[in-house]
Amino acid sequence: MEISAAPVVTLRDAVVLLNDFPLLSGVTLDVPGASLTVVTGPNGAGKTSLLMLLGGLVRLSRGTGVVAGVDLASGDLRELRRRVGWLGHEGSFYDDLSARENLVFAARALERPVDLIGPALERVGLSRRANSPARRLSAGQRRRLGLAWLLVRRPALWLLDEPYASLDDEGREFFDDLIGDVVDAGATVLVSAHDPLRAEHLRPRAVSLVGGRVAEDPS
Amino acid sequence: MIRTALLVAGKDLRIEARSRVLLWQVVPFGVMALLLSGLALGPSHAGNSDAAPGLFYLVVVLVTLLMINRSVSIERRPGTWASVATLGLDPAGVFLGKALALAVELWLTAVVLLVGAVLFLHTTLHGTVVAIPSVVETLAALAAAGTLYGGLSAGGAASTLLPLVALPAFAPLLIAGERSFVAALHGGALWEWWVIVTVALAAYVAVGILLYGVLEES
Amino acid sequence: MKTLVNRLLGPVTILSLALTVWLGLWVTPPDRVQGNWARLVYVHPAVAWVALYLSFGTAAIASALYLWPRTRAAVMDRVAHCAMEVSVVFIALTLITGSLWGRPTWGVWWVWDARLTSTAVLGVLALGYLALRRATDDTGQRARRGAVYVLLAAINVPIVHFSVLWWKTLHQNATVFTANRTLTIHGIMAWTLLLSFVSFSLAFAWLLRARYRLEVAREGATDRVVERALDERRREGAF
Repeated sequence: MEISAAPVVTLRDAVVLLNDFPLLSGVTLDVPGASLTVVTGPNGAGKTSLLMLLGGLVRLSRGTGVVAGVDLASGDLRELRRRVGWLGHEGSFYDDLSARENLVFAARALERPVDLIGPALERVGLSRRANSPARRLSAGQRRRLGLAWLLVRRPALWLLDEPYASLDDEGREFFDDLIGDVVDAGATVLVSAHDPLRAEHLRPRAVSLVGGRVAEDPS
Repeated sequence: MIRTALLVAGKDLRIEARSRVLLWQVVPFGVMALLLSGLALGPSHAGNSDAAPGLFYLVVVLVTLLMINRSVSIERRPGTWASVATLGLDPAGVFLGKALALAVELWLTAVVLLVGAVLFLHTTLHGTVVAIPSVVETLAALAAAGTLYGGLSAGGAASTLLPLVALPAFAPLLIAGERSFVAALHGGALWEWWVIVTVALAAYVAVGILLYGVLEES
Repeated sequence: MKTLVNRLLGPVTILSLALTVWLGLWVTPPDRVQGNWARLVYVHPAVAWVALYLSFGTAAIASALYLWPRTRAAVMDRVAHCAMEVSVVFIALTLITGSLWGRPTWGVWWVWDARLTSTAVLGVLALGYLALRRATDDTGQRARRGAVYVLLAAINVPIVHFSVLWWKTLHQNATVFTANRTLTIHGIMAWTLLLSFVSFSLAFAWLLRARYRLEVAREGATDRVVERALDERRREGAF
């Protein structure tokens, strides 16, 4: 992973339209490298849409943006997607494959060593469920499977969409520890949440979204 | 591209082996459709081998639509789509892989349906065996076309939109497939129908390799 | 120059069609075998030419240009969309005029001839394009999918063309030229036939332009809707 303090994300008046509805209505945001940023806001504020824009999963309709060196308007979004790690709240990969099979597929797709999978599953506490079909994992376990994948990939930019939903206190602590380790290793992490992180020791940067725009940005 | 294609095809076939949708849902549906077509012809024509090639391919089309919807729905669950998108797979490879997996599934289904054609519709065993190469190629062309049209219609209205956009494109393949089956059963020139199917297969594969990425970006 | 062409297109089209009608109905002689029904030769082949080649071809070229990054522009998507709508109309006219001609000639309104069937299939393909466009409101997705769909549909156009030769069915072979390129129709009939192709091609251009203008107006209305939606969304976050 590259360690960089230069902005990994630069957005200027970014608008994302879906069926003529503005998911984002003009976001201006800079995110420095090797940092943790928490994006908060009420339901419908555009938190998930912002993360999807940064992950190259939705297109920029207006404005400008550069993420991980890729221009959102004219760059290769497939290349951007290969550079980011995404953890959604709907679960990851294929229901009919086991946890291990999902990770093997993903590792082979990106030509990552398959022997990283065992330690990653161990780290997220899924070793004993490695051969269970993903459909039989709980919501929290599916979230951990997605994290295991990110641990294998080690992307420079992590986008975690409401990772704390459906987690108990132990699960939350686990996530906080993991995110702390990842940021310390030089990754840039953006987390969307309804509320600010409880783990103040991580010293997250808090950005508040309302109506598809940034309402509060400490920078 | 080839590496990605084999990876994706292996993944799709593994999912099929785990879920067994083909075995427990699609093949029984195909057999039932074949039986229904015999019933629709009436008692004096039900065992008429002249109608068999057309009925065989009609059932194949219905099965193909089911399988395309299944192939698309696997990828389009919200969490799955976003996670796989971040793998940045070569879209040409994804197209070839999904088309290959769909073709294998159709070939396996066709084995059962051809047996059904011999048993229920009284096609000759020799003629049916002679028809196998043309059936294999026609189904490959259907798989390539179907994968493309599945990608085109993916989204909210997929289940109702797919038949409308795909069936007209399947029509020339059905004509060629049916004519080759008839030629295999009763004799006659095969080469024209081979040309049609081969050109269609090559065209759909070429368009898929070139443009599947555009559909994925949609 | 462009304004002059725009101004003259409508009147020239009407004049040309009127001339075709006059020549086709009153001036040219009836056919020896088919009698006056053969006058449909001044309508049916030209309408089929517009349906299968001119409009489909325009849509296919515009779609290809849209998909090519250097030439990608909203105008290409609009042209493809409008051309396909016009194609639907002309395919319907092809089938109707073909049926009208077929009834006295073959004794039935419809036969499962490969050419007729393929044309009907193309008609459903064109309808499928319109359905595909209506399935999403996302303009980018609609344009990209539509463009790919048109290129796929265009694969079927040569199949229609060769079906007359390869299926060897009821439909008459190439109307104007024999296999060794000898002209089979002569004199005033040949000139009227040529004029009919020109007339219906002009009609296609005229309809395409009118439909294009309507599409531009509709998109302008959509842009205003988007601006209003953006204002409302931003007011959600007003401080």
